[in-house]
Amino acid sequence: MNFFKRTIPLLIAFVMGVLMAMQYYVPHKLSQDLLEIVTRWDRIIAGFAVFIGAYSLFHLHWTRIKRRVEGWGYSVFVYFGAIITLIFGLINGGKFFWNDKQDGTMFDWFYYYIQVPAGATIFSILAFFIASAAYRTFRARTRESTVLLIAAILVMLGRVPIGNYISQYIPAVADWIMAVPNLAAKRGILLGVSLGAIATSLKIIFGIERSYLGGGD
Amino acid sequence: MERFLRIDRRFIFAIITVAVIISLILQFELPVPESEPVRRIYEKVESLPKGSHIMIAFDYDPSSKEELQPMAIAFLHHCFSRDLKVIGMTHYTGASGLAEQAMNLVAKEYQKKYGEDYVFLGYKPGGASLIINMGENLYSAFPKDFYGNDTTTLPALQDIDSLRNIDYLLDIAAGTTIETWLVYGKEKYKFELGAGCTAVMGPDMYPFLQSKQLNGLLGGLKGAAEYEALINKKSFAVSGMRPQSVVHMLIILFVIFGNVVYFASRRTRHA
Amino acid sequence: MPFTSHSFGIILGAGLTLAIYSFLYQDNPAFKIAENLYVGVSLGYTIIITWFNFLKPDLYDPLIVPVFSKAATKEPQYALLIPSLLGIFMLLRFSKSLSWLSRWTFAFVVGLGAGISIPRVISAFILQQIKPSLQPVFSGSETIFSSIDTLLILLGVISVLIYFIFSVEHKGAIGKLSKIGIWFLMISFGASFGYTVMARVSLLIGRIQFLLKDWLGILQ
Repeated sequence: MNFFKRTIPLLIAFVMGVLMAMQYYVPHKLSQDLLEIVTRWDRIIAGFAVFIGAYSLFHLHWTRIKRRVEGWGYSVFVYFGAIITLIFGLINGGKFFWNDKQDGTMFDWFYYYIQVPAGATIFSILAFFIASAAYRTFRARTRESTVLLIAAILVMLGRVPIGNYISQYIPAVADWIMAVPNLAAKRGILLGVSLGAIATSLKIIFGIERSYLGGGD
Repeated sequence: MERFLRIDRRFIFAIITVAVIISLILQFELPVPESEPVRRIYEKVESLPKGSHIMIAFDYDPSSKEELQPMAIAFLHHCFSRDLKVIGMTHYTGASGLAEQAMNLVAKEYQKKYGEDYVFLGYKPGGASLIINMGENLYSAFPKDFYGNDTTTLPALQDIDSLRNIDYLLDIAAGTTIETWLVYGKEKYKFELGAGCTAVMGPDMYPFLQSKQLNGLLGGLKGAAEYEALINKKSFAVSGMRPQSVVHMLIILFVIFGNVVYFASRRTRHA
Repeated sequence: MPFTSHSFGIILGAGLTLAIYSFLYQDNPAFKIAENLYVGVSLGYTIIITWFNFLKPDLYDPLIVPVFSKAATKEPQYALLIPSLLGIFMLLRFSKSLSWLSRWTFAFVVGLGAGISIPRVISAFILQQIKPSLQPVFSGSETIFSSIDTLLILLGVISVLIYFIFSVEHKGAIGKLSKIGIWFLMISFGASFGYTVMARVSLLIGRIQFLLKDWLGILQ
């Protein structure tokens, strides 16, 4: 059984990795067809991953309801929202889900008037917390944190029209911060991360990195 | 002094809210001068002949809508006013409705017809694989559009086989898709790529601007405001620059005041 | 405003917006209901869009319909059975006895990802990023400032990279360079903080514009 549970997956990863890395350097029609087929397959598999996420979320809230953990009543709203959206999505404006998606149905209405305003608002709350955190914790305690603070203030001023009013040099300094020290640091990080990603990819192909197999034998 | 540092944070929340409301209601003008990365996107669109194909990747969802939807709308105005053919798609399930809404809204204003002047291919999973798939064969990646039409029959996609035939691609992104488009798309299929992104991601894009892997960048609501000003369609983003300026000033004052109080109280404690 | 599904939607949207903002005063049931309802609707939306945009056009129409419908003109694409099977294997991750089959799928996905990324990352993120850092400082047309900037970028990239190399002890010249790297990083984190503030404030402005314009009609 070890052959099916361990050897075959390691072999699949090795073959796919080597094949696809080499494919890049072979501009033949066959090689391009192979690339088209496997990427099509890969995105089909990726589509199934949506259901893993959905199952996990449903399972999490179902457990909360079943065990009556504190605040379980709110999990009922997750089910309510999901089921009602699913029902209207499947009804598809009377044409049902086996036909093409219809426009302007109740399903769309739920999206535009529940998901959009609620989603946009939840993330906008962070504006308040970042303002409060800036006031309470953003301190020039060391030389390094002073540099960070000054850079942040100059960028905040230089990126809004009011910075221009205060001094024409503020936007210019902000531009310079972005295009020179910021660029250099971000490029350094990018190069480091890329080298790390290549090393990890090589480890996967050669079976050194096996965490994707999960636990067990 | 230290009690200033312990004020109820709801007091700060209230100040921010009032500042935004007042600066939205009071209609004072603030200039929005365009920056170089924004102008380069504008100039690229201006340089394209009528009927050229522009692809817009709407890679965001409602959580970034307030920053990126005004950007998408401004860019669509520019494309449709120049009679360019627009192809929309997305890597995000949550973006489908926003993309559809933006495209239909702006297309209506310019009497553009769906299928002939613009198409929305919709959502597909896969990320990198989807981009490579589109680079090899657009119709294998998107056999149908968002509404279930066979993509091979759509006149707007005539002469387009793959990403290689796209004249310009703008990725409007809230995640890491710009990097994905760069590595798996532009690197091999050689289309010109521009990016619009949330301000959070803006600083990470500068290395790509200098290396010319991105031809231009619209960063956050400010980028959208600059674009609105450039195409002379001042709307949500431009009017948002008033509260944006005021709240930035407020937060800077909070930081300075917080530091003054902190150091003053430390000195008193040490004395 | 006549009462339409749109106007009712705006009122519902405004209600949800205010319910979520009520959290700023203190945590309360209205916030939690809005938050959980949002999660539920988003989940439902994701599943339905996945069906209409992916499962239907990519699997149901080319594979299932031609097998069962006599009116179908195209042959079923049987090759699609392979990714479908791998997709189903992935879902078996939740089964106790068959979860090992999901390893085949993950191996395919991870191996493919590793293979396609190596040459492309080297080209797009390493070679193309090193190239502009190594451009000549003087080739005739630059100002003295742009030449200094070019040198500063080179210094910044090298010092940041050295800062992240932990296999060498940060002493002497290496230590000094890694300190310079910290300064570059601090400026860049400051810039990122400034941009993050900008992003969050923009989201808030958008929501208040919605309340004042779409709901209350105060703004034109």
